[in-house]
Amino acid sequence: MKALLDWLDHRTGCRKLLQEALFENVPGGSRWRYVWGSTLTFTLAVQFITGIFLWMAYNPSSQTAWESVYFIQEEMLGGWLLRGLHHYTAQAMNILLVLHLMQVVIDGAYKAPREVNFWFGIALLGLVLALSLTGYLLPWDQKGYWATKVATSIAAITPFIGPELQKLIIGGAEYGHHTLSRFFALHAGVLPAAVIGLLVGHIYLFRRHGITAKQPYRKPDEKFWPEQVLKDAVACLAVLAAVLFLVIRYGAELTAPADPADNYAAARPEWYFLFLYQLLKYFPGESEIIGAMIIPTLIMVLICLMPFFGRWKRGHRFNVSLLYVLLAGVALLTWKAVQADQANPEYLAAVRQAGKDAERVKVLARGPNGIPSAGAVTLLRNDPFTQGPKLFAKNCASCHRYDGQDGTGLVSTNAPAAADLKDFASRAWLTRFLDPAHIATPQCFGGTKHVEGKMVKFVQKDVAAFSTNDQVMLRKAIAALSAESKLKSQRDLDGRDAALIQEGRQLIAGETLRCTECHQFRKKDEDATAPDLTGYGSREWLTGIISNPKHPRFYGKRNDRMQSFGEEKILDSVAIGLLADWLRGEWYEPAEAPVE
Amino acid sequence: MNSHAPPPGEGRRGFFKQTAAIFLGAVTALVPLAAGLLTMLDPLRRKAGPAGFVHVTSLSALPEDGSPRRFSVIADRSDAWNKIPQVPIGAVYLRRQGVLVHALNVTCPHAGCAVEYRPASGSYLCPCHNSKFKIEGGLADPRSPSSRGMDTLEVELRNHTEVWVKFQNFEAGKAKKVAIA
Repeated sequence: MKALLDWLDHRTGCRKLLQEALFENVPGGSRWRYVWGSTLTFTLAVQFITGIFLWMAYNPSSQTAWESVYFIQEEMLGGWLLRGLHHYTAQAMNILLVLHLMQVVIDGAYKAPREVNFWFGIALLGLVLALSLTGYLLPWDQKGYWATKVATSIAAITPFIGPELQKLIIGGAEYGHHTLSRFFALHAGVLPAAVIGLLVGHIYLFRRHGITAKQPYRKPDEKFWPEQVLKDAVACLAVLAAVLFLVIRYGAELTAPADPADNYAAARPEWYFLFLYQLLKYFPGESEIIGAMIIPTLIMVLICLMPFFGRWKRGHRFNVSLLYVLLAGVALLTWKAVQADQANPEYLAAVRQAGKDAERVKVLARGPNGIPSAGAVTLLRNDPFTQGPKLFAKNCASCHRYDGQDGTGLVSTNAPAAADLKDFASRAWLTRFLDPAHIATPQCFGGTKHVEGKMVKFVQKDVAAFSTNDQVMLRKAIAALSAESKLKSQRDLDGRDAALIQEGRQLIAGETLRCTECHQFRKKDEDATAPDLTGYGSREWLTGIISNPKHPRFYGKRNDRMQSFGEEKILDSVAIGLLADWLRGEWYEPAEAPVE
Repeated sequence: MNSHAPPPGEGRRGFFKQTAAIFLGAVTALVPLAAGLLTMLDPLRRKAGPAGFVHVTSLSALPEDGSPRRFSVIADRSDAWNKIPQVPIGAVYLRRQGVLVHALNVTCPHAGCAVEYRPASGSYLCPCHNSKFKIEGGLADPRSPSSRGMDTLEVELRNHTEVWVKFQNFEAGKAKKVAIA
C-alpha cells in the first residue's frame, strides 16, 4: 500500500496537496463561526450527487417532465428521499449563503486583499439563485410553470432587448419542450460548470489569503485538521439532519402537471424570492422595471462596492449596517407577502384547490389506465371530479348552488336564484323537491320564475293534501323517477327495489299522480309543457338540458334564465359532459384495498 | 503565516477528534450517495410484463404454401410511467403447415437486431451480423454469430380461425433460450 502511495505521490504530489489542504493554520484556533463556507461546499456536493442521480431518471419535455418526476417521487425505490434531499438542500443553500455572507461582512473578510474573492462569492450567490430559479421549473408542475412564467415575463421588460431576451430564455414564443430543454441545460450543465469554476477560484483565493480570523484570539493557533474539520462535519451533519427532517415530515412538493389553460391562482415564487414578488407590488404598470431590475441591480452594485466602502474610516460599520438593513428589508417584504396571502381567501381557496388537484392526479396516475402518452395533464383535464367543480363555479354558480356553495367550496353572499344541484335526481333530492314545505325555497324553485308556475302550485296544494296511500304512491314514483338517472350512488338500491320501481313507473305514466298532464314519460307527447321525465337526470338528459334548456323536450319557451351552454357555444361537448358526470357523481375512484 | 507541518500528536483526544471527523464526514457524504444509488438500482426490481397470448391474425392470412409472413404484435404497453393501449410491442414471423401454425420472434438471438426473411433463399438473414437461419428457425450456417436458432413462440388457434401467439422476448447472446423476466 505504501509503495503504491509513494508511486502515486511521486507522480502527482498528492501528499503535499493533502497536507496543504488539511494542515493549514487556523489563527486563534478553530471556531464555530467558520463553518458556513464548509456547509455551503457540503450542500453543493449534495446537490451535485443527488442531481446526477436525478438526471438518470428525469426527462425534460412538456409531456414527460412532470411524469418522470412523479415516477421518481412515487414509484422509484428511494426516489422520494433522493428528490427530497435535492429539493430541501437547495433551500438550505439559500439560508447558508446568507449566513456566510453575514459572517464575511461582519468579520471584514471582504477587505483588501480579499476583494476578488468577495466578488467571487457574490457571483456564486447569483449562480445559486439562478440554479434555484431554473430548477423550480423542471418538474413542469403548476407551481413551477406559473412562477417561471411570471419570472420570464419580467425579463421581457428589459429595455431594448426584452422580448428577444424572453424568447431566448424560453426557447421560442411559447413555453414548452424547448423551455424545459434550455432550463435543464442551464440547471444541469452551464450553471454547475460555472459554479465549479468560481468555487475553485473562491477556495484557491481563500487559501492564498488565509482565514480572516476573528479578533481577539481565544486560544492558540490550531490546524485545520482535525479541529476545524470536526466542527465543519458537525455543522454539515446538522444541516443534513434538518434537511432529512423536512424530507420525512413534508416531502418534496409536486403540484398538478402544468396546464397553460388552467390559470393557477396560487402561483407564487419560492419563499426565498417572495421579497422580490412583494417589491414588485409597489411598482405598478410602467414603473415595474424599477422594482424588477433597477433596485435589485443597485443593491448588488452596493454589495459589490463593499470592499471600497471598507477603506473609509467608518466604512466597515457602514457595510455591516447596510447588510442588516438589506436583510431586514428582505425579511419585512417576505413577511408582508405572506401576510397578504394569508388574508386573501381567494388565494387560500386556490391553494386548497391546488392541493386537491395534486392529490387527484396522483390517484389517476396510479389508476388502471396509468398516464397516457399525451401526458398527465390530460388526466385532470378529462376528470369530472377535478373539472366539474371548476366548471360549475364558473358557469352555474351565479344562480345554482352545490350543497350551499359554488362547487369549489366558496360560499356566496348572494341568495341562490336556482336549485341546489347536490345529489340532483337522487331520491333524497326529489323527495325534498316534491315536499310542499320545500319546493318554493331557494334550494328548489324559490329563486326562479317557476315559483309562480303550475308545479309549485300542484305540490303546495295537491301533494300537501295527499292521503297516506297517495304518499306511498308518491314515494314509489320518486324511486322510479330517480332510477331513470341510473346514478352510481343508487345502483345497489335501485337493484334491490326493482319491483317497486316498476310500480312507480306505472304510477308516473298513469293518471293518479297527474305527472303526465304536463310532462312526457317514456312515450312521445306533443302537448307536454314541462321537462321530459324519460331518462330524468341521466347523462344524456343532463347534457341535453345544459346544452339547450330551451329545447321543447325541457323547458321550451318557459325556460327562465338558464343559458343554452351548448347551443350558444359557451361550453363544448366535452366540458358539458364533464359537468354532467360530476353532477351525477361519475368519476374514477380507486378500489379500496381489501381488508386482510 | 501558514505552516503546513502535521500537528503534534494530542494523544487520545486527538485520535477521538480525528475518528469523529472521519465518521461524521462519511455519514454526511453517504446519505445522498445511498439515496442516489438506491434510485439508480431501481430498474433491477422491475419485471417484464407477463407474457400473454395476443390475437395476431387469422389463419386465412397465412400463405398455404408454408412461406412465412411478418406480423406486428399489437398489445398494451407499459413504459415507465406511461400506459399505452394497443401499440406494436414486437413482431413475429408466422408460417402455416396445414392447420398447424409456427411462430418465430423476429428478434435475432445474437444481439437483438430484426431478422429479415429472404424468399429467394427460403431462409432468414440478420442484416446486422449476417446470422443465417433456416425457414423453421434453426441455425442455417454454423459460422453465424448467433449461438442459437430464432426463438419459437407458442401458438394457439382459437375458434378455428384466430391465430393467437404467446409473445415473449428472450435474452440475447446466450446459447440457451431464457425469457426476459
